[in-house]
Amino acid sequence: MGATERRGQWMIWLSLALAMFLTIVPMPAGLEDYRPQWVTLTLIFWCLTLPERVGVFWGFGTGLTLDVLSASLLGQQALGLSLVAYVAVKLHARVRLFPLWQQSFFVWVLLLAERLLTLWILGATGQPMPALNYWAPTLIGLLLWPWLSAVLIQVERRMGES
Amino acid sequence: MRPAAETALRRPGHPSTPTRSMPSGILPRNATIKPLFVHGPSPTFRVILAEFLAIGLIVADHRYHYLDTVRSVIEVAIYPLQFAANLPAQLAREAQERLVGEAQLRLSNDSLRHENLVLKGRLQQFESLRAENMRLRDLLGSSFEVGERVLIAEILAVDLDPYSQQVMINKGTNSGVFIGQPVLDAEAVMGQVIRANPFSSTVLLITDANHSLPVEVNRNGLRTIAAGKGPSQELELLYIPKNADIRVGDLLVTSGMDERFPSGYPVARVKTVRQDPDNPFTTVIAEPTARLDRSREVLLVWSMDAKPSQAALAADTPAPAPAERP
Repeated sequence: MGATERRGQWMIWLSLALAMFLTIVPMPAGLEDYRPQWVTLTLIFWCLTLPERVGVFWGFGTGLTLDVLSASLLGQQALGLSLVAYVAVKLHARVRLFPLWQQSFFVWVLLLAERLLTLWILGATGQPMPALNYWAPTLIGLLLWPWLSAVLIQVERRMGES
Repeated sequence: MRPAAETALRRPGHPSTPTRSMPSGILPRNATIKPLFVHGPSPTFRVILAEFLAIGLIVADHRYHYLDTVRSVIEVAIYPLQFAANLPAQLAREAQERLVGEAQLRLSNDSLRHENLVLKGRLQQFESLRAENMRLRDLLGSSFEVGERVLIAEILAVDLDPYSQQVMINKGTNSGVFIGQPVLDAEAVMGQVIRANPFSSTVLLITDANHSLPVEVNRNGLRTIAAGKGPSQELELLYIPKNADIRVGDLLVTSGMDERFPSGYPVARVKTVRQDPDNPFTTVIAEPTARLDRSREVLLVWSMDAKPSQAALAADTPAPAPAERP
């Protein structure tokens, strides 16, 4: 790992921190249940784009931070995010060649998987079961992906130049 | 793996120049030369490790609460993020306060003065009632005096896990906050502190599914336990016998049996009383009197010398098990 590989590392940190900020910033009442999974989306992007740098342990660390940030059980989101990172890293070569709409659906499946794992943990630890709109953020993530990836691609280009 | 071969393969192709004119999509610059050999253990090994670690953490945190120190270390590290998240709401509030017109200020000042007068009047009565109460208790031989110190804290505008009822406040161990400390608002009991770090702390609200507290019916002293029902923002009273005297509209106050919440603070009002044929107990649902989702400022309470009262009460009747977060 040379200096070129490390370059722009702080951009990854910054984008994940921004995603976490968006996760805890207050939203108008009634919209909280529809908050997109910002951190998951950002993590998937970096896993697909720089799979040799961002991987499973990034997912784990990000999930752990997110757990502390949102006062949920430690490991609750780390579990889902590390699995999502794994699948994204494993399939990055194939998914990167997909057209954008197909890619969005791949991302949607990952978002669903993350939610499913979290739901499983909620159930296993005896926390109350959420309502059906628990799944709504995944659909919003599906619609958001093309825009988010367009923005982050720009970030990634700059990162290499500077 | 072959680290030497790998570095030889990757080095030359990596720098950011060659494939600038790639079509859009997430194709990075170095797509032509893919790193065939990744450093360290394979992703599959890593993910298995991570999943086991995560499950271990969940069990340790949920069952044994071993990880409170880990959590508070991370919490201090990410405090800037929480501070930043709170900032927009705080700025909006300040701007709003600055833009209030003079007429409105005068109006609110008037109403506050009025309210103050009314409260002071009521306090006079309270003083005499307290003296009388002490006298009567002296007669019974169970004197008690509970002094309390309070501190005002502000709720941080930070959205936590939407499936548990918790809030963050801006006072922490630096201000003397401790775990298990009762938190009130202007109306009633809100909850208790479950985690405290130097700058902020987390409060579990009484409506959380993991929270319950001992209460008594103010009208007749019937003791029971009020357990949170989770997202519905209601409380359920446990183990009320079929023939108990409880009615819609009854005020529930803390009984002080838990030695955690000071006794005599209002908690909730009974909303429905239902007899289900298949349930050996009466189903009683109560609504918290605290404005759990609207308060901005909360009171942290330190009770001083609450022990004598507990001793006096414990001598009277066997106390129910103190209820707290499992």
